[in-house]
Amino acid sequence: MTPNPYLWLVPILPLAGAAINGFFGRRSSKKAITAVALAFCGAAFCLALLIASEFSSASAPYYFNLAHWLRSGSFQVDFSFYLDQLSLVMLLVVTGVGFLIHIYSVGYMWDDDGYYRFMSYMNLFMFFMLTLVLAKDYLVMFIGWEGVGLSSYLLIGYWFTKDSAAAAGKKAFIVNRIGDCGFLIALFLMIKHFHSLDFTKVFEQVNAWPTETAGAGLLTAIGLLLMVGAAGKSAQIPLYVWLPDAMEGPTPVSALIHAATMVTAGVYMVARSSAIFERAPMAMVVVAIIGTLTALFAATIGIAQTDIKKVLAYSTISQLGYMFMACGVGAFSAGIFHLMTHAFFKGLLFLAAGSVIHGIGGEQDMRKMGGLRQYMPWTFLTMTIATFAIAGFPPFAGFFSKDEILWKAYSSEYGSWVFWLIGVITAFITSFYMFRLWFLTFFGDYRGTAAQGDAHGHDDHSHGHGHGGPHESPWVMLGPLVVLAFLSLIGGWIGIGGRFEHFLAPVFQSGSAAELAHETAGEAAGTGTETLLMLISVSAAFLGLFLAWTLYFRRPQLPARIAASLGGLYQAVAHKYYIDELYNVLFVKPLIDGSTEILWHGVDQNVIDATVDNSASAAREVSDTVRHMQSGNLRSYAGWVAAGGAVVIAYMIWMGVWVR
Amino acid sequence: MIPLSYYLLLSGILFVCGVLGFLIKRNIITIFMSIELMLNGVNLSFVAFAAHWHALSGQVFVFFVMVVAAAEAAVGLAIIIAVYRTRETLNVDQVNLLKL
Repeated sequence: MTPNPYLWLVPILPLAGAAINGFFGRRSSKKAITAVALAFCGAAFCLALLIASEFSSASAPYYFNLAHWLRSGSFQVDFSFYLDQLSLVMLLVVTGVGFLIHIYSVGYMWDDDGYYRFMSYMNLFMFFMLTLVLAKDYLVMFIGWEGVGLSSYLLIGYWFTKDSAAAAGKKAFIVNRIGDCGFLIALFLMIKHFHSLDFTKVFEQVNAWPTETAGAGLLTAIGLLLMVGAAGKSAQIPLYVWLPDAMEGPTPVSALIHAATMVTAGVYMVARSSAIFERAPMAMVVVAIIGTLTALFAATIGIAQTDIKKVLAYSTISQLGYMFMACGVGAFSAGIFHLMTHAFFKGLLFLAAGSVIHGIGGEQDMRKMGGLRQYMPWTFLTMTIATFAIAGFPPFAGFFSKDEILWKAYSSEYGSWVFWLIGVITAFITSFYMFRLWFLTFFGDYRGTAAQGDAHGHDDHSHGHGHGGPHESPWVMLGPLVVLAFLSLIGGWIGIGGRFEHFLAPVFQSGSAAELAHETAGEAAGTGTETLLMLISVSAAFLGLFLAWTLYFRRPQLPARIAASLGGLYQAVAHKYYIDELYNVLFVKPLIDGSTEILWHGVDQNVIDATVDNSASAAREVSDTVRHMQSGNLRSYAGWVAAGGAVVIAYMIWMGVWVR
Repeated sequence: MIPLSYYLLLSGILFVCGVLGFLIKRNIITIFMSIELMLNGVNLSFVAFAAHWHALSGQVFVFFVMVVAAAEAAVGLAIIIAVYRTRETLNVDQVNLLKL
């Protein structure tokens, strides 16, 4: 443990930017707002780079204790920050991708009226996200956790005058609350049994705990509750429903929050709690199953979506499923590896999609795109790299991380061939729907109208300049695309030869040194198998490309016919398996009806309101009768005084008689 | 020697006469006199008790009451004259507003 006094500056810098823009942005020029937002975010990134350059595995983990916070008996929580290999990866991803997306936002949001508000929210998000990844204990992490939820809510509902955006923001917030409830209960359990929320102290005690192989115990309970929280934040079954709706937010938000950083917080949290999960095999299995199912389930929905951002949203859910699958089979470093490469290529995909949407005036329906390759060559080039990366073609980033996960799903002691098989099928579907998007958007003929745009834009931002037709985006937007494309291309290479895994090893090998030995033995035996499995997954990706090429490039009339012949099944997929409708009937409607009938009409109106109303009207009725005494006639008052005096005297006389 | 209860009875009768006069009569001067009657009824009981118990304090109190009553008579009559000058009536039922 080495103190590092610069740690707290990293989150504080974006907070300062958010405060300055939030308080003074309304009256500042757009240039000043841009300068503040980019300077503070960029400073955080530079500081992160500086910290990373001084990072050495020998002196890690670093920490910095900013202030005491809570003290209650022996229980104590500090505002302290913590940096080990895991948080370093997250720190660089969050600040790096976050900074690029900030630059992009300048171009994308320039013409929006609430520009200062947007930039302020984005900086605020950076603050909370950095608090989350740099926290030294679960409670500070929870602050960041809730804070990113808040920023997410604010940014999804950024165009709050649009009903659907406001509703999507609320949905995201409420669904996340369900997950947070589980997370909180896990924290309470830790306080009760470990008397601390500090990572080091908790894991120290967990490591002394026996592995819960036979049945479920405390650690299994904590693990499952943490997974509930992670499922909410990272959009896993059954709490994934908010993420597709979250696409109502501006596209840079979708890229930053709902693809690259915030939604991966759940993966980070599970990886951070690896000590707990490693001693609760049952919780691990649940995590793996949820991840695998989500990966497959969301991928199938992605096939039939027509909104370009919805496809990417379901793809994000599916890729997050991969990460949980990796965590569930004990390959935490593979999950984090995929988290990192996913931040690159999915951030890029969203930004490129945003560039497309921007370029054709706010249209998001892929059926009205097509042929954009010639209009926006840079967007096309970068999107192509990202598409190949997510589909898992070597040597792009996604190949290395996805292959690592699939291999671990097959070979790890928690893994099984079932996970691997579903993973490969998902990889095939991923490749298919991503190339479907690619072909529909960039190939064929342009299917939109030339003047389309401002009047009925999905994204509701009114461009100042006129729209003659599809056009390439300005360089302030293309720059980040190019950088991210470069990262999507080479980002996976750091994983070659298990370097990334060895770098993260000190974080995850806290409990079991035996696993390391097991792993090296497995690696030696499995090289042949690994190559075979790799070939299978790459050919799955090629198959997806080929199928998409056939259906959407060579014979574009075929998909409609297939959809018609599938009938009900296609309808179910296109309508997202009616999950939203199911949740409506199962949870939302009973809750609303119960609240209306019992709580509103029953308790609120008939008990609480009735008590107040009736006591008021009773007071009025009594006063109504008594007020006649106050006639304004002086002699009647005197009469009352005399009568009162007479009554008192009579009473006293009678009492006197009675006493005697 | 006349028993104490006779004095008290007379005092009570005087007081009640005062009260009734206060309540029933309409003329301000009569009402004013009824107040004096009540005061004197009380004074009577004071002196009666003072004589009975041979205590001076009761008689001293009566002097106080008389002084206050005299002052009150002076102020009260002045008010009554002022009322009559402004309203030209001494009927209390017609003098029910402070505002002119």
